[in-house]
Amino acid sequence: MERLRLVFSGSGGQGVITAAIILAEAAVLHENLLATQTQTYGPEARGGATRSDVIIADSEIYFPKVIQPNVLVCLTQEAYMKFYDIVRPGGLLITDPRHVTILQTVDSRQIEIPMHAAVMDNIGDLLVYNICMLGALLALTQVVSIDSVIKVLETRMPPSSLPMNRRAMDLGIALGAKHNV
Amino acid sequence: MDDNVRFLQGNDVCVQAALYAGLEFFAGYPITPSTEIAENLAYHLPRQGGKFIQMEDEIASMCAIIGASLTGRKVMTATSGPGFSLMQESLGFAIMAEIPCVIVNVQRGGPSTGLPTGPSQGDVLQARWGTHGDHAIIVLTASNHQDVFRMTVDAFNLAETYRTPVILLLDEVIGHMREKVILPEKGAIPVVDRLRTSVKAGIDYHPYLPREDGRLPMSDFGGEHRYHVTGLFHDMWGFPTTNPKIVHGLLRHLNDKIKNNISDINRMKEYFIDDARTILISYGSSARSALHVVHNRRARGERIGLLELQTLWPFPYTQVAEKCEKARQIVVVEMNMGQVLLQVKRAVSRPERVMLANRIDGVFITPTDIRNILRLIHGKGV
Repeated sequence: MERLRLVFSGSGGQGVITAAIILAEAAVLHENLLATQTQTYGPEARGGATRSDVIIADSEIYFPKVIQPNVLVCLTQEAYMKFYDIVRPGGLLITDPRHVTILQTVDSRQIEIPMHAAVMDNIGDLLVYNICMLGALLALTQVVSIDSVIKVLETRMPPSSLPMNRRAMDLGIALGAKHNV
Repeated sequence: MDDNVRFLQGNDVCVQAALYAGLEFFAGYPITPSTEIAENLAYHLPRQGGKFIQMEDEIASMCAIIGASLTGRKVMTATSGPGFSLMQESLGFAIMAEIPCVIVNVQRGGPSTGLPTGPSQGDVLQARWGTHGDHAIIVLTASNHQDVFRMTVDAFNLAETYRTPVILLLDEVIGHMREKVILPEKGAIPVVDRLRTSVKAGIDYHPYLPREDGRLPMSDFGGEHRYHVTGLFHDMWGFPTTNPKIVHGLLRHLNDKIKNNISDINRMKEYFIDDARTILISYGSSARSALHVVHNRRARGERIGLLELQTLWPFPYTQVAEKCEKARQIVVVEMNMGQVLLQVKRAVSRPERVMLANRIDGVFITPTDIRNILRLIHGKGV
C-alpha cells in the first residue's frame, strides 16, 4: 500500500486526538498494518491548539512525525492558518465550514464538510463530532474498513453510547461519499 | 487478530513490561510526560495484588521504593527531569546500600521545569552523575515499543542481579507515541527474581558479604534477620565504619560490580555497520530519525550505518571504538548539546572524526535535520 500520512488538527476537547488514535488502532489491530500516532500539545488541558500525526503503512515506520500529510484535517481557523500549507501537493484538506473559512491558495483538494451542522441537526450532541469526522475521512480515503473502526469503537466506548457513535459515523460516511468522485 | 498485539503509548508498554517483570510496589508523583505510567499502574497494580502509592513529592517517592525494596518487593518509580533532580539524594542512598530499584525518567526539555510537553535527551549525564560521590550506575534506553518492553524487563533483571538502582531513560516522543507492540508470552523473556539468603533465622546473617560470584543475597527487612542499613560506609554487617581498608573495599566493590560486567550489561543494535564509511550513533527516539536516514541513503547506495545504544551507562567505550574503527565520519544524533558525543569522542581513536547532529529547541529531530548536517559534513552545502 501507499504509505498514508495524516495530520489531525483542532482545539483541545474536539476529540481530534481520540479520532486519530481510533483510526491508527484499527489499522494495527484489525488490518494487520503498522501505524504510529503522535501528538503535540501545549500545557493547557482544554482549549489549546492540538495536533496529532498518524502514519499508516505496511512496512516499518521509523520517523513517526508527519512533515507533508496526504490528508490534513483542520477543525479550527487557528489550526487551518497554522497548517494549511503543509499538505502534500495533490493531497486532501478537510475542513468544517462552521469553524474554518478557507483560503484558495493550496495545491490540494480542499473539501469543506459541514460536520458540525450535520451532528447538531441529526444527533444534537457534539460529543460524537470526532466520530462523524472519522466517518467522512473513511469515505474519502478507504484507508481502513469501516468494520475495523467499529470494532475499535466497541472496545473503547460503553455499550450505551455505541448507537450514537454509529449514527455519527454513518452521517460522516454519507457526507464524505458526496465528495467521492 | 493476535491476542498479544496491542497499540499502546510507550508509557503503557513500560507498565505492561514492569508487571511482566514482577513489579509489586510503585510510589510516585505524576509529572508530564511520564504521568501515564503512574496512571496505569494505579489501575493495574492493585488488581494484581501490588501496591500503588501517590506520594507528596519525588523525594518521598524515591524513599518509599527504597523501603519497599528492602522488604523484598520489586519496585519502581517514574518521573521526568524536575522530579528526577529531587530523587538524586536518595538515589545515592540506594546505590550505597545496594538496593534494587528501577527509576523511569521520561525526559522532557530542561533545565528546571523547562518544556513539560517537549522532547529532549538532556538528562544523559544527570543519570550518570546526578548524585554525588564516586559511584556506578546502569542506564538503559529504547527507541521503539518492542524494545521499551524488553529494556524495562531488563532494567528489573539488572537491578536484582547487581543490587543496584537502574535508570530507564525514555523521552517524550517514546513515552507518548503509540505504535504496535506484541506483548511476550510469560516465560519468553527471562525474569530474575530476588536472591534471598539461605541463612536460617537466628543465625548470623551478613547483608554485605558477597558470595563467591559477587552477588549479595538479601533478607527481607523486618523478617527473619535483624541487620543495619545505612548511607554511611559500612562493614559486612551493615554498620558504619571509617576503616580505610573497608571504605576502599566498598567503593571498589560498588564500582567494579558494574564496570567488570559491561559485557553482560551492554545492549546495542547495529544497522549496516560493517562497510559503513559514515556511522551514525544514536539512542532513544533520535535513533528513529537516524534509522530513517540510514535506510533512505542505503537505498541510494551510500555506505552509511547506525549504531543504536541501548545501554548508556556504563558507557560501552570499547565496543563503540571497535565498531567505529573503520569509519571516516562518526555522527552522534541526540537531542542535547552533545552529552553522548563527549563519550564517543573519548571512546574512539582520532576523535576529530566525531561530529554532532542535534536539536535543542523542544522539537523532535527530523531526518531532514540529520541529512542537512550530513551534507555539510560531506562538503555539499545545505
